[in-house]
Amino acid sequence: MKRFVRWAILGLGLVASLAHAAYSVDQLMADLAQNKGGRARFVEKRFVALLDKPVVASGEMLYTPPHRLEKHTLLPKPESMVLDKDTLSMERDKRRMSINVSSRPEAQAFVESIRSTLSGNRQALEAHYRLELEGERTGWTLTLLPTEPEIAALLQRVTVSGSHKQVQRIEYLQVDGDRSELTIEVLEP
Amino acid sequence: MMSSRLRVFLLWVLLMCGGVAVVANSRFSTDISFFLPSRPTPEQQVLVNQLQDGSVSRLLMLAVEGGSESQRAQASRAMRKGLLAGGQFVSVQNGEAAATDGERDFFLRYRYQLSPAVNEQRFSEAGLREAVGDTIQSLASPMGLLIKPFLAQDPTGELLAVLEQLNPGAQPEMRAGVWASRDGERAMMLLETRAQGSDIDGQAQAIERVREAFDTAKAGLASGGGADLSMQLSGPGLFAVQSRESIKAEVSKLLLISTLGIVGVLLWAYRSPRLLALGLLPMLSGALAGAVVVSLVYGTVFGITVGFGSALIGEAVDYAIYFFVQSGRLGLTHWRRSFWPTIRLGVMTSALGFGALLFSGFPGLAQLGLYALSGVVTAALVTRFVLPILAGQVHSVPEPGRWVHSVLTLLGQAYRLRIGVLALAMAAGSYLWLERGNLWGANLSALSTVTEAEGANDGRLRADLAAPDARYLVLVTGASQEAALQAAEQVGDLLNGLVGEGVIGGYDTPVRFLPSAERQNRRLAALPEPAVLQARLAAALVDSPLSASKLGPFVEGVASARSAGPLQRKDLDGTAMALAVDAMLTQSAGGWNVMLPLRLPSDEGDMPVDRLESALAGSGAVFVDMKGEFDTLYGGYVSEAVRLSLAGCALIVLLLAFTLRSPVRLMRVLVTLVLTVAVVIAGLHASGEKLHLLHLVGMLLIVAVGSNYALFFDRAAGGEPLDAATLMSLCVATLTTAIGFGTLAASRVPVLNAIGTTVGPGALLALLLAAVFVYPPQRR
Repeated sequence: MKRFVRWAILGLGLVASLAHAAYSVDQLMADLAQNKGGRARFVEKRFVALLDKPVVASGEMLYTPPHRLEKHTLLPKPESMVLDKDTLSMERDKRRMSINVSSRPEAQAFVESIRSTLSGNRQALEAHYRLELEGERTGWTLTLLPTEPEIAALLQRVTVSGSHKQVQRIEYLQVDGDRSELTIEVLEP
Repeated sequence: MMSSRLRVFLLWVLLMCGGVAVVANSRFSTDISFFLPSRPTPEQQVLVNQLQDGSVSRLLMLAVEGGSESQRAQASRAMRKGLLAGGQFVSVQNGEAAATDGERDFFLRYRYQLSPAVNEQRFSEAGLREAVGDTIQSLASPMGLLIKPFLAQDPTGELLAVLEQLNPGAQPEMRAGVWASRDGERAMMLLETRAQGSDIDGQAQAIERVREAFDTAKAGLASGGGADLSMQLSGPGLFAVQSRESIKAEVSKLLLISTLGIVGVLLWAYRSPRLLALGLLPMLSGALAGAVVVSLVYGTVFGITVGFGSALIGEAVDYAIYFFVQSGRLGLTHWRRSFWPTIRLGVMTSALGFGALLFSGFPGLAQLGLYALSGVVTAALVTRFVLPILAGQVHSVPEPGRWVHSVLTLLGQAYRLRIGVLALAMAAGSYLWLERGNLWGANLSALSTVTEAEGANDGRLRADLAAPDARYLVLVTGASQEAALQAAEQVGDLLNGLVGEGVIGGYDTPVRFLPSAERQNRRLAALPEPAVLQARLAAALVDSPLSASKLGPFVEGVASARSAGPLQRKDLDGTAMALAVDAMLTQSAGGWNVMLPLRLPSDEGDMPVDRLESALAGSGAVFVDMKGEFDTLYGGYVSEAVRLSLAGCALIVLLLAFTLRSPVRLMRVLVTLVLTVAVVIAGLHASGEKLHLLHLVGMLLIVAVGSNYALFFDRAAGGEPLDAATLMSLCVATLTTAIGFGTLAASRVPVLNAIGTTVGPGALLALLLAAVFVYPPQRR
């Protein structure tokens, strides 16, 4: 009896851990790649040491896989940012500027963390990060740890969490302790 | 008698030694200022400055192709690192981190002097609230990381405002973190040499450095992947270096061939190496004298002057031939009495022709005229006074062969060709009349050695790099540096409007790095005192996440900017901005000039010249189209050279009229010369050559050489029968001239080719026509 219980517990544990391990980075990426894009509401909280309270901004995001991501901030002030392939254009007040993200390694790493996660592009992510996955299909957390020294000097890690093919939260933790949280709520699939 | 001859000889030796000493200490220049005007208009001055040391003339464009994307990028990074370390380049751009830390620190330090956003309003309570709010919001953007370290000292974001105006309109593609061509197959770099564009040696060294850096980068590639990589290079400096190399190589090759040919002919004619060596003395003396006189008068000798000038005084070889062949047969005294006056007349006509060029506003042409004038006169004097001493009484030249007598007989019958030649002349004349409008190519590029393939490569690299070709500029002037900068700021405000409307793509200006003191002072005056600033900040940032108490560095920064006063030119020393400013802001005798290079509205767009001109009307600024200016400049040279040549010809006619004292004989000589030139021009043009400046120089030479032939035949018309020896000397002289210029005609270097194709056939034709029209008919 004791032996049976021991085996049973071991067996259940094994099954459980197998089930756990069964949700792999590859599966997550395959799920994410199914995301057909669409509109979402976002709230971004930015915690900067020099600032007494977090800076909060909110607005809408529009994702068209795999290359185009629009982020329209409505509050506290309208601003829009459009990433199309390697060109990042920003518009605020009447000022416009656009940069080529691949010309700035740090900007590129940021861009890939969100874009490649959204599109499930494991290869692009692994060009800049080591990936660690926890959780299961219904609730997963993917941690991106920078592998390039220049990026690692700025960014400690990026934590992306979500459920199924939906990214719900992205947190950036900088080396100096500053961080920002982006929560995403899908409006239309 | 002996002593006077010795004196002459010693004087010549002394002069030659002095000449060698002068030439040894002369400055020889190989730069393009040969082609630039000596008294330029303001627009031309822009052109001159740009060509000599403008930043555009120092650009080298580079592409790495082959291999994989990452190999190309690796090579590009390695080359940038290596080239920056060498110190021969002001900037080496490949798309990596556009602004260096040094530049960023400079902009941060002078942010209040440089930022266009600084004004009273921005530092009011409301303005501060807005500016700081904007900056905090910018933290969320990808620029956030760039500005966050400076938040406490620059919460209004002036650094960003300064950097924003440097953002150029067009940027090359990026691949693997470095610039790439549009198709992504080549890694691109843009280099600016420290050496000026006109410093060809410096450019050659810089190019050599680039090649070394490429080889090093190739060898340094991991896993030996570098073998597939190749490099392409282009830019004004490369063209200048290549052009010099190809002219040098061609000249020495052709010189060797023609020397062998001429020496062969002379050895056959003289059968004496001693006479051959002596025969070269007048020409060598002339070449030396030309260089000495030009060096003494102008201070600098253009290498190109010596090259072409030597061709021009190649005619001096003829003098020695006349002397040896004629005096050997007839004796020195007879030669002096009977032949020297004819040669002297030929020399004088040449001198008048070349002398006309002295009045050219084109320094290259004026130097060429002076060189040839002094060279020809010296060679004649050496022939007349020094050769007889060195040759001694005894110098026997072999008897003219039997062929000379046959030629002499044929010569007497040459008049029979008159009808045919006149018909040919009519044809050439009517052809020239019909084509009179498009005889001359209005483009200086005809003189360029750049091949079509090289030009296409250059265009491709330029397009991939979105590099400026600086065809269009706005020129602003002022009595002082400050006035010029203020004027540039006012014009900049006008141009900003045009940029906003999309009429032009953008423009560069030195006032981004060095605003006028007046504008800087206005900005600094807008900065409040520390106590006032602190109070306003406290009020403005009541609800802000950034509390005023943390902005001590900001208050200090503003206070130190107020006391530092305006940024001066010397503060830029040692930065890349110093060179950028110096390239655009220059001092001239009349004051200060600012050049603002314009960018086209789009890749394929045309410059809306009318819009620009009307926008700039009344501002005192001048719009300059460099290509148009260059073409006008060159067109001016050609028409001036034509005018001067005509004036020279008029003087030659007067001289001949005075000497020959016979309208009929004068007419015959002139008809010969005019027809020769007309047939040669018509022939060249009909064979598809666009005529340019060097063809004109060639025509002057035809007149100079041809008049000698005509005058010798004219002696026979004047009653002194032509003997076999004189005819032989003429034949040998024509042959050497034809060999010398014929080899030049084989050259691929356009300037050499032009002289050769003009003078080679011209000399032969002049001899033929002189025989037809000038030599008296020998009716049997």
